[in-house]
Amino acid sequence: MATPRTPNTRKPDAQMNGAAIILKALQDQGVEVVFGYPGGAVLPIYDEIFKSNRIRHILVRHEQAAVHAAEGYARSTGKVGCVLVTSGPGATNAVTGLTDALMDSIPIVCLTGQVPTHLIGNDAFQEADTTGITRPCTKHNYLVKDVTRLADTIHEAVYVAKTGRPGPVVVDLPKDILFAEGPYYAPNGNAHPSYKPQVKGDESAIERAVDLLAKAKRPIFYGGGGLINAGPKASKLYAELVRLTQAPTTLTLMGLGAYPSQDRQFLGMLGMHGTYEANLAMYNCDVMMNIGARFDDRVTGRISDFSPNSTKVHVDVDPSSINKNVVVDLPIIGDAATILEQMLKVWKAKGYKANAKPLEKWWAQIETWRERKCLAFTEDTSVIKPQHAIKRLYELTRDRDTYITTEVGQHQMWAAQYFGFEEPNRWMTSGGLGTMGYGLPAAMGVQIAHPEATVIDVAGEASYLMNIQELSTLAQYRLPVKSFIVNNQWMGMVRQWQELNHGGRYSESYSESLPDFIKVAEAFGGVGLRAETVDQLDDVIMEMLETDRFVLADIMVKKDENCFPMIPSGAAHYEMLLGPDDKAELETSENGMVLV
Amino acid sequence: MNAATEIAEATHTLAVLVDDEPGVLARVIGLFSGRGYNIESLTVSSVDTAAHLSRITIVTTGTPQIIAQIKAQLGRLVPVHSVHDLTLEGPHLERELALIKIRNVGEHRIEALRIADMFRARAIDSTLESFVFELTGSPSKISAFVELMSALGAIEVSRTGVVAIARGSNLDMPVFSTLEVNRKKAKQPAGKKAQKKA
Ligand SMILES: Cc1ncc(C[n+]2csc(CCOP(=O)(O)OP(=O)(O)O)c2C)c(N)n1
Ligand SMILES: [Mg+2]
Repeated sequence: MATPRTPNTRKPDAQMNGAAIILKALQDQGVEVVFGYPGGAVLPIYDEIFKSNRIRHILVRHEQAAVHAAEGYARSTGKVGCVLVTSGPGATNAVTGLTDALMDSIPIVCLTGQVPTHLIGNDAFQEADTTGITRPCTKHNYLVKDVTRLADTIHEAVYVAKTGRPGPVVVDLPKDILFAEGPYYAPNGNAHPSYKPQVKGDESAIERAVDLLAKAKRPIFYGGGGLINAGPKASKLYAELVRLTQAPTTLTLMGLGAYPSQDRQFLGMLGMHGTYEANLAMYNCDVMMNIGARFDDRVTGRISDFSPNSTKVHVDVDPSSINKNVVVDLPIIGDAATILEQMLKVWKAKGYKANAKPLEKWWAQIETWRERKCLAFTEDTSVIKPQHAIKRLYELTRDRDTYITTEVGQHQMWAAQYFGFEEPNRWMTSGGLGTMGYGLPAAMGVQIAHPEATVIDVAGEASYLMNIQELSTLAQYRLPVKSFIVNNQWMGMVRQWQELNHGGRYSESYSESLPDFIKVAEAFGGVGLRAETVDQLDDVIMEMLETDRFVLADIMVKKDENCFPMIPSGAAHYEMLLGPDDKAELETSENGMVLV
Repeated sequence: MNAATEIAEATHTLAVLVDDEPGVLARVIGLFSGRGYNIESLTVSSVDTAAHLSRITIVTTGTPQIIAQIKAQLGRLVPVHSVHDLTLEGPHLERELALIKIRNVGEHRIEALRIADMFRARAIDSTLESFVFELTGSPSKISAFVELMSALGAIEVSRTGVVAIARGSNLDMPVFSTLEVNRKKAKQPAGKKAQKKA
């Protein structure tokens, strides 16, 4: 039902210019850090930043990196990440970051400069149609044309970014608005008249879901990024419910950390490079409990063969995720933490017990899949296997306060497979968009939020070059980010697909003319290390961890290693390739070839 | 469970109440083009100027799953207040307005007037060789009229697209402030009316 947007009749708290209104509003919203890059259209805001020392500004070296840094900051803290860029090229450079945040549901407020209102539409210097360009890659956006609406627009932007399914919000700010005197209104807890996403789940649906769970013979929990977005409490409640029901759980790439990796009930990640046991358990389950995941095509494989005999429950805060890719039997709209709490209450109130007999059989079945040891790989005595490199990195950082970001490619999948996460908010990766160049700036943002922690970007050498300029930012703010470059001298993931789908014609996928990463590190004022053989690996990792400056560790790994297990594009969960020898048996189907 | 049966497409009429703010129509249309949904017709107008609300009527086609997605996707646009599927929610009225210009001579002119009379179309402009007819009705009635007219001469057609509303006494998408303003106006004694601006 419609609630009309009432005209603002509140008394302003103070009068000030637009730029000051923005900083005051951000501050009142609890924003402590802004990642940005100046330019003509936002100079009044930079002037206010100079005058007030209340908000910390981190000067990046490219606007895309500002958004990724804000994403890393947001994902590792649960807070909203804030970005400030200039008009025109500043805004267009931010577009990849905004799209990344939209795909992975990261709360971002991005302030963009704009030419003065009277010049909009004139192709003025550094004018771009920012709200037009960013409409499909933001959750929402605003063009502020009236300084009296400015304070409330900032409050609303923060509210929209973090409420419901989080996402990026752009506020486009013409320069005359930044200079104009106007009223400052404090937040009044009524940020938007109509946008109020559902938080609590429908009681009767929850009762049915819990009943299904109690009666299930082959249940599985399938948790996603929504669990992380619902706050650490959601992960705690999730673990409690999984343990009470004694069901197995898998997690998506975005959900890693929502359930402790070392727990017996965790089957590992599912999907294209997920484990054999997770994918087969999904295929064979009778009740699927999806909490905060979105049936992404990387997870489902061929839709017609996706878990064909299960009753599916789907908990999601975004109603448009329901029945988008997979038709489910029981949708529940709401916040994951709230709904898990409701489910636990019902489970306890009704005195349900885990269904011991059938569960025993189910687990026996799962153990036979586990025994395939799908993540086993043959170690080499001299050449470093990339899997081994990640495994050692994990083992040598286990007793540290560690955060991991990644770039995109094979190394990203190996990190997801071989690095274990025991808590949420420790794993930052570009899942939905798959943005090479995400990891280094994201790590920067994480390190700003957690200055004492060990923050590591697990990188591929090709991806790393995409935002390498940010080493200068690391130097400026003395951020001791560690870059662990899994250097196979190939765009490995591209090479792998060319090997599997294109007859081994390795078109343009060799990483030509790589720089000497040690010299690169030194040129930017950091430390460069290199491991070329297995026996050097541990020493390099330890030295990297013990260095209090930023480090580039160039880990020279086996060049042609492929990432397994793998479900080829368009194949079903039971059609996994477990290793290089499986290849001959299963070629990617013609339908699969067209898939990305 | 995954139902693998072929499901037929159907036409649905959606009523969407949105904040009347810049870019809102672009958001709605962009959603349809960006996600590959059909738009058969789309009409929009402000319905409550005081509360800045506009009502959009969209006629679209798709399988039940696609229609559900369209409604869910519309619902998650921040300026969208509510989405009603009039086709699913019960009996409703659909009307369209059309202006049809026909150019012809001789007995065709008389025949055109006769048909217009049957359809209750009004001639709102005429010259010695043309008429402009105004016609409201269901889209199919208008199409039938257009077809008949085209047999009688060269024609030009301008149609508004469908506007729709549910039958019965329920106000599914009420517009508050206009009502309130009117109610207040009605309560005010006659003399004061002139002094206060609404
Ligand atoms: C911005 C961008 N461009 C292109 C791609 C396509 N792509 C996916 S993985 C990959 C290769 C990555 O190579 P590298 O960083 O060395 O990682 P590796 O697979 O070798 O571990 C490419 C080009 C992408 N994901 N992002
Ligand atoms: Mg590589």
